[in-house]
Amino acid sequence: MNDIIVSMNNISFTYERKKVLDRVNLDIPQGAFIGLVGPNGGGKTTLVKIMLGLLKPDEGEVTLFQQPISQFKDWQKIGFVSQKANSFNRGFPATVYEVVSTGLTAKVGYFRFFNKYHKEKILHAIDQVGMLDYANENIGNLSGGQQQRIFIARALVNDPELLILDEPTVGVDQENVHKFYELLHRLNKEEKITLLLITHDTGTMTEHATDVVCLNKTLHFHGKPEQFEDMKEKDLSMIYGHNVNLVTHHHSPEEQQ
Amino acid sequence: MITDFFQYEFLRFTFFTGILIGIIAPLLGTFIVVRRLSLIADALSHVTLAGIAFGLMMEKLFLITFSPLYSGMVFSVVGSVLIEKLRYVYKAYQEIAIPIILSGGVGFSVIFIAVANGFNNDLFNYLFGSVSAVSRTDFLMILCISIFVTVIVALFYKELFTLSFDEEHAAISGLHAKGIHLLFIMLTALVIAASIRIVGVLLVSALMTLPVAAAMRLAKGFKQMMVLSILFGELSVIIGIIAGYYLNIPPGGTIVVTSIIILLLAIAKNKWGIGSKKVRESL
Repeated sequence: MNDIIVSMNNISFTYERKKVLDRVNLDIPQGAFIGLVGPNGGGKTTLVKIMLGLLKPDEGEVTLFQQPISQFKDWQKIGFVSQKANSFNRGFPATVYEVVSTGLTAKVGYFRFFNKYHKEKILHAIDQVGMLDYANENIGNLSGGQQQRIFIARALVNDPELLILDEPTVGVDQENVHKFYELLHRLNKEEKITLLLITHDTGTMTEHATDVVCLNKTLHFHGKPEQFEDMKEKDLSMIYGHNVNLVTHHHSPEEQQ
Repeated sequence: MITDFFQYEFLRFTFFTGILIGIIAPLLGTFIVVRRLSLIADALSHVTLAGIAFGLMMEKLFLITFSPLYSGMVFSVVGSVLIEKLRYVYKAYQEIAIPIILSGGVGFSVIFIAVANGFNNDLFNYLFGSVSAVSRTDFLMILCISIFVTVIVALFYKELFTLSFDEEHAAISGLHAKGIHLLFIMLTALVIAASIRIVGVLLVSALMTLPVAAAMRLAKGFKQMMVLSILFGELSVIIGIIAGYYLNIPPGGTIVVTSIIILLLAIAKNKWGIGSKKVRESL
């Protein structure tokens, strides 16, 4: 059960002569729900990009599912919902079904068409996020929270073992944030999908996550949510470099950008 | 009224060619529009003009006769590859590739025309299209291009759509984004070369974008938009060619004006008609 599916050892990364990550170690055990928090520019997205092979670290090693990243081919095991999913072209004329189908394109492969099995998979993924009624709706007609669910369905359609979400709740109102976490909770507990969630929202996240990781160039904290809550009061301003308002869970849009 | 089109062979070829480009131009146009590459079609059509001018020059100076569409096609495809290279060189300012290629196309055209000491109304036909210019060879070539383009789009539909919707995600999921994009832009170049006989260099991009713009107002989903675009494109081409013939106007003009009318009707229907109710919720 406690197999390590992602292992990052001594990762350092420099971006335009500025060190963004400094000897970071992070292991993700199977079945975990990890909340990755930290200030803007603290290297969260960079770390994930390294994990996905989009960036090469200056130093350090990444192991995915017991394989060095250079040899890893099974990318379908990792689902990724990027921050950009929030800012996609909202007028794009595609139905929910069509958008989710793009998740299967690479898996089905060249010169092959979607068959009945794939079509059922697509509908199942849409059902998993509770959006089946909207399958034939234009994605542009949905709310931000609903669109975010569709992007998760696009990742789920490949049956990923690990799902990485980068700031998925930006631009989603508080009530829907709640429903959103319920969905993540269900995916983690019932579908046994390991989750890595990058977020600013340290409040709601700690109610659901099994582990919290705090990153600002180096790893400042890695432990249970309860410990994180205790530590928050004392140390978080040090990590963030200024006083953060820990009481409100709702961030202003400027802060979230 | 339409009987002339079945009586005269040259009109028949024009008519069938029109039907073909009415399919393939909007077919590729749907991808071009959603990827915000509409201007690339314009740039490529001007490169095609350079190719055509080159062909006409060879004919006039060296009496080497071949359909100028062949040289137009070669220039267009080479231009499409150059655009891709330039877009890569200027990563942050990708659209700069368009004026470079567009002005380059016009520049070479002017030189070829001057070297050949000017052409007669042949060139005018290439600029604005013609109802009487399609020969049997042209028709057969355009037929081959149309079949080729349709088959490739059908084969790579899911890849093209995935790439159009979200380039980053397509790359992460392991698609060969660069290769597919290159394939797509070369198909575009072929379609432009094929369409020029009827709609002309200056208006070929309109046939690729206007029907799509109209369909976008009405369609639900991408596939539906594609079907509607082809329908609108076909309608514009048929009405445009017949009107052009009887009114003695180059069909480029009548086709584009017809598509503009369709576009206006689509916008009007969407605005005041019984369009689909939006479930957009404010966020």
